[in-house]
Amino acid sequence: MERYSRNHNALTPEEQTLLAGSRVAVIGLGGLGGGVVEMLARIGVGSLFLIDGDRFDTTNLNRQILSTEALVGHPKAEAAKARVMAVNSDVRVTSCIGFLDNGNADAIVGDADLVIDCLDSIDTRFLLEDACKRAGVPLVSGAIAGTLGQIITIFPEDPGLELVYGERSAKRAAGVENEMGNLSYCALFVAALQASEAVKVLLNRGELLRNRLLIADLMALSFDIVELT
Amino acid sequence: MIEIELRLFATLTRYTPPTPESFRVARATTVEGLLSELGIPREETKLIFINGKKHELDYELSKGDRVGIFPPVGGG
Repeated sequence: MERYSRNHNALTPEEQTLLAGSRVAVIGLGGLGGGVVEMLARIGVGSLFLIDGDRFDTTNLNRQILSTEALVGHPKAEAAKARVMAVNSDVRVTSCIGFLDNGNADAIVGDADLVIDCLDSIDTRFLLEDACKRAGVPLVSGAIAGTLGQIITIFPEDPGLELVYGERSAKRAAGVENEMGNLSYCALFVAALQASEAVKVLLNRGELLRNRLLIADLMALSFDIVELT
Repeated sequence: MIEIELRLFATLTRYTPPTPESFRVARATTVEGLLSELGIPREETKLIFINGKKHELDYELSKGDRVGIFPPVGGG
């Protein structure tokens, strides 16, 4: 298909077909999720499930690529769906205006080949990871604070987020993003790495960040891949 | 005493000592002891990596170790 001609030969025609048959759930549609959705729609992932219960507000405009002044007050999930349909009408896209919780997580995750964690709460990230492990679905998790970003890819049998955040029951300080804010280029940088990990998982190709955490400090210009196990 | 190299991330930079690239600690100091010495509360870091690998609180530091102390990051 002509629309994917510039994907080739970085991707083979067979890989393009594989992506077209893939189902990805993006959980959270803010700074990370907006970027991830844009990139997955453009590269040709065939089916996207998008969920976020928030509506855009003016504080989102500094970084969230799906937000515009005209969309302040508008549900993020609706904006994400509209963006996907405008970019690539071949993508089957389903959106949900709601938050991930114990009541809906298993159903959402169970229908996906891969889940992408773009949430903004550490507790909900653990809830999502639990659902992915129960469903046997891989998870690509990204997080940001200020000019700092982190990415990890978690397969169901991997220890996962406890290696990064400590035991889920342990006393833990709130995420440092509450103090540091979030910048546009950092959000899209981490979103790009999440999209890259997602494509590699779907295609079963390339090096993955399994049991390793990539830590990027864009102000210090340091990039570490930490062995977690 | 031995010298180690320290890197503190994000909000933890407030605990950075004057010469982090050549910070002196007593021989056999553990990661837990290092956190105490720097005044970093345990809940502010769950990931300490040394020479590119995650280590636990009982790890004993060696001369030249490159120590990264990383906070919980959860923003999206």
